[in-house]
Amino acid sequence: MSSNDQENSLNFNTDWSYSPAPESTDHVTIKDRYDLFIGGEFVAPASDKYFTSMNPATEEPLAELAEAGAEDVDRAVKAARKAYKQNWSGLAPASRGKYIYRIARILQERAREFAVVESMDGGKPIRESRDIDVPLAAAHFFYYAGWADKVDYAFPGRKTGPVGVAGQIIPWNFPLLMAAWKIAPALACGNTVVLKPAETTPLTAMLLAEVIAEAELPPGVVNIVTGAGKTGAAIVDHPDIDKIAFTGSTEVGRIIQKALAGTDTRYTLELGGKAANIIFEDAALDQAVEGIVNGIFFNQGHVCCAGSRLLVQESVADDVLGRLKDRMETLIVGDPLDKNTDIGAINSSMQLETINKYLEIGQQEGATMHQSSCALPDKGHWCRPTVFTGVAQSHRIVQEEIFGPVLAVQTFRTVDEAVAKANNTPYGLSGGVWTDKGAKIFKVSNQMRAGVVWANTFNKFDPGSPFGGYKESGVGREGGLHGLKPYLQLA
Amino acid sequence: MANDEKIMARADSQAGAAGSAGTASKPHRLAVASESERVGVVKTYKLYVGGKFPRTESGRFYKVDDRKGEPLANICRASRKDFREAVVAARAAFSGWQNTSAFLRGQILYRIAEMLEGRKEQFVAELYSTGASRAAAKTEVEEAIDRLVYFAGWCDKYQQVFSSVNPVSSSHFNFSLMEPTGVVTIIAPEKSPLLGLVANLAPAIAGGNTVVVLASESMPTAAVSFAEVLHSSDVPGGVVNLLTGQSEELLEHFASHMDVNALVYCGTDKGQIKQLQTLACDNIKRVILRRQDRWDDDDSRNPYLIADTQEIKTTWHPIGR
Repeated sequence: MSSNDQENSLNFNTDWSYSPAPESTDHVTIKDRYDLFIGGEFVAPASDKYFTSMNPATEEPLAELAEAGAEDVDRAVKAARKAYKQNWSGLAPASRGKYIYRIARILQERAREFAVVESMDGGKPIRESRDIDVPLAAAHFFYYAGWADKVDYAFPGRKTGPVGVAGQIIPWNFPLLMAAWKIAPALACGNTVVLKPAETTPLTAMLLAEVIAEAELPPGVVNIVTGAGKTGAAIVDHPDIDKIAFTGSTEVGRIIQKALAGTDTRYTLELGGKAANIIFEDAALDQAVEGIVNGIFFNQGHVCCAGSRLLVQESVADDVLGRLKDRMETLIVGDPLDKNTDIGAINSSMQLETINKYLEIGQQEGATMHQSSCALPDKGHWCRPTVFTGVAQSHRIVQEEIFGPVLAVQTFRTVDEAVAKANNTPYGLSGGVWTDKGAKIFKVSNQMRAGVVWANTFNKFDPGSPFGGYKESGVGREGGLHGLKPYLQLA
Repeated sequence: MANDEKIMARADSQAGAAGSAGTASKPHRLAVASESERVGVVKTYKLYVGGKFPRTESGRFYKVDDRKGEPLANICRASRKDFREAVVAARAAFSGWQNTSAFLRGQILYRIAEMLEGRKEQFVAELYSTGASRAAAKTEVEEAIDRLVYFAGWCDKYQQVFSSVNPVSSSHFNFSLMEPTGVVTIIAPEKSPLLGLVANLAPAIAGGNTVVVLASESMPTAAVSFAEVLHSSDVPGGVVNLLTGQSEELLEHFASHMDVNALVYCGTDKGQIKQLQTLACDNIKRVILRRQDRWDDDDSRNPYLIADTQEIKTTWHPIGR
């Protein structure tokens, strides 16, 4: 079946349509201006400079945020060091755990507020921020809170101790969730932190600062500094930071790894990906199509582990592509705050430019582009769900991370060919495999050089599930028992 | 005279191979060849790449002296091209070695220990000839044998210690297990040329990685002879590749090669560490620093050394309702 086949094609041209179902924003207050959170207080930046965070769906300003310079970062590191020495590292582990539990509970209490602000600031559909980002962030704090007085049991034959002050730099695709991934294990292990949210999505991190103050954590245990690349560089270059944790692009990860060469600063890097989602002819195809859609269109494709390459067995390729194109027609692109929205706003004008550049590159390389015919709002940054067929392994849209709702489709005949193609990029973060044959799942997942494999599912996350990449997708794991190790010294 | 000394030092090692422990401690009768006795056969030290013993493609060599400062042997001065060939061999061997059962890998590591035990006296003599005291050489060889047995035993156990089944909230079966990082380069310690080599090699191959090792530059003879031990122990060709040469020339390639996944550096030279870490970032290579000067304590006898060159893979599968 193909979508060109008129008789069998689904007809979307009906009188039925979705009425707007916007999430209310009246319980949310966004301040005009947010200062830096250092030593338990909100303080103005030394430079007195502020930048604006925009709503990518409306292109309207949301708030001003302090731009932290080297001097501010130094102040934050000093506050973190002081808190580390005087308080946090020596605190009874069970007490540390209780503070972290408090954060989890307050986040749950304020969940709706966080979800709305996350969608306003970052452009992601409220359905995702409400059902995924915020609950997972709270769960992450809850999970690691419990580890605080149990870490020795995770490392047989070893005594554990904290590393010191952690500098943490997080991306704009899951702003609150990434803050939770970074802060929760660091605190549980007895470290103190200086965290920098991304410059396009700093608001939920500032709300989190309020939560941390509300939970009465000792001053300086968590410090949050806002700013762009320069602020991040000031953290990486600071001599009194013991550990850097970074999530972002491989390009920046490489710069950080280089900057830390010759120092004793430890690091973990969660970098880019170009995951292959492999569909075998014996898969449950409708479920597989849902998995493809979730794999690449979840969070506008702004996902490092997105299933941005579809490898479909030749015998079912036409069938799968037909079903996929039909399904794409049903996806609603638009207002992130509308509960029916499937695909929200592209995070920033810069990212939209990057995606559009790749759409051009893909066509120039000779691939065939297909986009859904959905309407787009007049204002804001948008990209229709996009599929490229007729691509080769060497094409840039197959090799490079686009970080948008853009899928490159290749076909294969044998298991070995699928695996060879799946592994043939510099990345190794995640992968998907769809088949009803158990042995095939184990064979393929064993041969995939990737840190996370989703079998007959995709893009699932949990605080207890270790996450991280092979090859150029990064170093180290976050989540689960294995996510403790980067924040501990073993003796 | 110098020539006699050289033959003596080499003959020492042959004495060990041929005879009992007692003879190795004295100058052997083969040391000075008189008319009535046979002339000793002197060994050529070569590289070990892809299960073969080639000379360096560059045709270059450097001299290594014995404990008295007399020339002991001509050692291959491996080139960048030799290194690249070694990486190709290691990559080709990776999939097979990774998928070799843990039990079989354990048996092969144990076999290496058996083979080394059988040639103990040769190694004692070789270490003695490059400067160790007899007692220290004996201890080093015995520690190296025991270390191989130690890691042989870990092959089918570390997975159970380090992997996990993860209790996720959604209806999925979720588990994390260890997989080897891939091709690992090892800059072996300059001192402790046999035990230091084994202490870093064994955990890497026990975990299913394939390796390219740069032997101690000043004391490489025992390392080359160890390659012969590997070769007779059912270690598939290409799993361990061993180069000799000048670290100053080769280090940068060990760190920069784009098909190498991790680098283990044994040493304390801050300049070298910075250089290696800088070059490693081109393909986000994992860099593991081992700065200790002892290789006989708990720091180099634990399963976390295996974990250093492992990746963690997490797999999800839905559970039907």
